[in-house]
Amino acid sequence: MSTPHVLLGLLSAGPLHGYDLKRAHDQRLPRARPLAYGQVYATLARLARDGLVTATGTDRAAGPDRTAYAVSDAGRAALDAWLGEIEPPAPHVASAMLAKVVIALLAADTARARDYLARQRAAHAARLRDLTAVKTAPDATLGDLVAADHAILHLDADLRWMQNTAGRVADLHTEVHR
Amino acid sequence: MNPTLLSARALHHSYGHTPALRGVDLDIAQGEIVAVTGPSGCGKSTLLHCLAGLIRPDSGQVRYRDTRLDDRSEAARSRLRRTEFGVLFQFGQLVAELPGAENVALPLLLAGASRRSAAAAARSWLERLGVAAAADRLPGEMSGGEQQRCALARALVTDPAVVFADEPTGALDSLAGEKVLTELVRIARERGTAVVLVTHDSQVAAYAGREIALRDGAADPLTLPVGGAA
Repeated sequence: MSTPHVLLGLLSAGPLHGYDLKRAHDQRLPRARPLAYGQVYATLARLARDGLVTATGTDRAAGPDRTAYAVSDAGRAALDAWLGEIEPPAPHVASAMLAKVVIALLAADTARARDYLARQRAAHAARLRDLTAVKTAPDATLGDLVAADHAILHLDADLRWMQNTAGRVADLHTEVHR
Repeated sequence: MNPTLLSARALHHSYGHTPALRGVDLDIAQGEIVAVTGPSGCGKSTLLHCLAGLIRPDSGQVRYRDTRLDDRSEAARSRLRRTEFGVLFQFGQLVAELPGAENVALPLLLAGASRRSAAAAARSWLERLGVAAAADRLPGEMSGGEQQRCALARALVTDPAVVFADEPTGALDSLAGEKVLTELVRIARERGTAVVLVTHDSQVAAYAGREIALRDGAADPLTLPVGGAA
């Protein structure tokens, strides 16, 4: 999962202090790896250095924890590019996919989230097909089958998650914007 | 790409007031393995039944090679099914009173083969599919996986140009299902048999070279195509 992009996405709803940003992260992505405050401030500093967020508000001089940040145009473009990328169809990308769906709903709309899920599904399904072809090859050994199976079953779990999530996009959008 | 073997144009079909197919177009090439996917109730089984000539669509065309299936009589479609098509359903649907070899030999006997040659072909298919032991056993004495491989042998025994499989592994555990699908795909590739594989399961669909996703009786605009021409 890309923490800088997730933070950009959370800021796209409006400027936040580091403290509120960390809270927004934990609320929107409750199952994600916990984010330390230090990591939030360090990431914000890097994003500011790269021109992807700008310091805003009246407390700018009071220190990093008192500074609110807003997404810049360059930040919006970076976020858009990230939402446009699919995750490599390998096992264990679940948290990155979840982050992309939630951020797409926050920063864009249901169409964006559905579009991402459709493209991610196609990539996963294509990979699943390649791995299945390994199993049906005329000279496939039991070793080939056992190795392919592990990846196949994980990809299938991701595909089921995508299918369920696609069916929940509209309700999730409502919840995220409540 | 191989020539088109089976095609559908603007297929519509309803059960009473409930539409099952709402304008499906489809082309399947000779030797191509195509998965038809979608949630339950999306119309995928109805599509299979129309393509296999088991039912006549309310409107639209189904074409097999140079002939139209949708306007032929049940008797004519049945003749075609016996020689050109093989079908495999979720629950093998073997004749309970007949041992495995006689179940497998049935399509050949119906097509006019001699009893002796039909029996020999049936046993050789059962052997090829690893269920030679099922030849003399009744379906009730076989495991689910053995029954389904027996049903697969019956679907293949006439050397059909197309095999229609509707959730063929839906009732099997995953290893038994894998055996059925692996054999189906290997034999189809060897003999240039086209396969129409109806499933709601991504793992099963992945055995196909191409996927057609349905939703509410039509191509699903939200599912991007996976795989190109086989």
